[in-house]
Amino acid sequence: MVAGRSARADETLRYLSSRLVTTVLIVIGAMLLLFTLSSIVPGDPATTLFGPQATPELSRRFITEMGLDQPVLVRLWRFFSNVAVGNLGVDVISGRPVTSLIREVIPYTLILTFTALGFAALVGIPLGIYAATHRGSALDNGLAFVSVAFIAVPSFVVAILLLLVFSIWLDWLPVLGASRTGALGDEIKRMILPTLALALGWIGFIARLIRTSMLEVMNEPYIRTSRAYGLSRCLVTYKYALKNACIPTITLLGLGIGRLLGNAVLVEIVFARPGLGRLIYNAISERNYPIVQGAALVVVVLFVVVNLIVDMSYSAIDPRIRHGAARAGARA
Amino acid sequence: MTVLRTGWTILRRVCATVTGATGLGIVVVVLIAALFAPWVSTADPDKLDVMNRFSAPSLAHWLGTDHLGRDLYSRLVHGATIALAVALSAIAVALSVGTLLGVAAAYLPPRLERLVLIVFDVIASFPSMVLALAIVAVFGPSTTIVIMIAGITLMPHFGRVARGQVLALKSAPFLEAERILGASFGRIVGYHILPNIIGPLVILASMDIPVVITIEAGLSFLGLGVRPPLASWGTLIQDGYQFLSESWVPVVVASSALAIATLGFTLFGEALRDAVDPRIRQEH
Repeated sequence: MVAGRSARADETLRYLSSRLVTTVLIVIGAMLLLFTLSSIVPGDPATTLFGPQATPELSRRFITEMGLDQPVLVRLWRFFSNVAVGNLGVDVISGRPVTSLIREVIPYTLILTFTALGFAALVGIPLGIYAATHRGSALDNGLAFVSVAFIAVPSFVVAILLLLVFSIWLDWLPVLGASRTGALGDEIKRMILPTLALALGWIGFIARLIRTSMLEVMNEPYIRTSRAYGLSRCLVTYKYALKNACIPTITLLGLGIGRLLGNAVLVEIVFARPGLGRLIYNAISERNYPIVQGAALVVVVLFVVVNLIVDMSYSAIDPRIRHGAARAGARA
Repeated sequence: MTVLRTGWTILRRVCATVTGATGLGIVVVVLIAALFAPWVSTADPDKLDVMNRFSAPSLAHWLGTDHLGRDLYSRLVHGATIALAVALSAIAVALSVGTLLGVAAAYLPPRLERLVLIVFDVIASFPSMVLALAIVAVFGPSTTIVIMIAGITLMPHFGRVARGQVLALKSAPFLEAERILGASFGRIVGYHILPNIIGPLVILASMDIPVVITIEAGLSFLGLGVRPPLASWGTLIQDGYQFLSESWVPVVVASSALAIATLGFTLFGEALRDAVDPRIRQEH
């Protein structure tokens, strides 16, 4: 018994460590990619920064200060060692550290993303359960179509249409931006439409996934056995079936964070909200590559870390999953 | 003959459900618009008529005009050409590179296979919109860049499926027999493996079309994809969005077109998958 448990612990440990290694490799790969991109930025950064006033002397000094005249390997080493101590470089235009710029806007993006995800789960899970337990009902059939529609329509289109209907035609909600006064009520009002725009697709996704996996689980012999033992339908449905039906949903949510963050970029721009997306977008128009690089890296790290947490949590929920096989089937 | 008959059977199965038939209908309309844009449209999509900006839908302008007096219906039709051209090119990139890497991974020694899988993981772990922004920041916006970005981000999908299919097929008895009969590696891959794994890849391709259309429209909407004055659905939405206070027609028209097209391709892709999926086929 004791030996068995320690073997299982070993296996879990091995699984977790291999996931950890993959995560680190992914971050390194992403850094290499961003570094390669940054080293092929066309044009002279000094000219971009100073414009026509860039005297040869000024741009030379700038290039030496930024270390752009060093060999590639030296720059690569600097980039990695700087990132390792949390230094993502400086904004070429204002000279402020990129990390502090990111720290300013990241709460907006995170709050928006997780509120949307939470809202989607709150609406999607009950819908999915209802559809699975009332197979063939009007709501089930309607949901089959509506959820595809929600998934298929790009969220920035949803964002624009929501803006048009609720802010311009009905004038119920404020149009743009985050709250300037910082009043909580105002900020919540301004969050409603962006959250809805991001969440709509996920409501469809979650509802459909819960429905499918509930139906699958309900066909398992152990559910029939539990019913035969006289446990109530309610208990079996909501405790035993739902618990197992949640596993694929959790996986999907983890993978979905990446897409959600990407969509958040567009939604932030439609609603003129501050956030990582807007930061990157503005930096592109200024050709301010350090910001793009830093913010993109932060998004990747966020995504990978969330996925790692998700993986660990569901290997804790369901000991059958230890080989990463469950992930291969899910569509990113 | 058998190919035609199989195709016909699959098509009939796709049409058997309301959603599948709706999807197919939308896909056909978009295809006709895209292929025959010059004949289907009623006016030159780039012809300016500033005196008639934001004119309401009429017989001359079926869906009205935009902020420069250009005919919205014709721009929409030409937008279909761009959307589809970008989608098909990107998927061609993803399909060919992904299949190549996936098949290679299945035959490579374990260490190299692991490396390929890590490359897939790295690409897949980049939220595609952020990867797109990082690349556009370097190369500037262009249609080619959009195709490359969409192609690269979708590549791991195809690579993983191709690898999985090959692994499942690799030790099949008929391939062992071929090998014993002296078939070359190239012959085995070209004549036996590829035709056997192409089915799932094609279904994946059809399901990825709306994904690419969304990526293209999103980037073009940000002004980081297809460049104006080309009439991409994304640029149409962007144009309309900037003048939202003056007229809501262009935004609603262009957004609806994009939404209906992506919905149609999604419904069609899912119906196609259900029609071909062998697990479901057994029930019939």
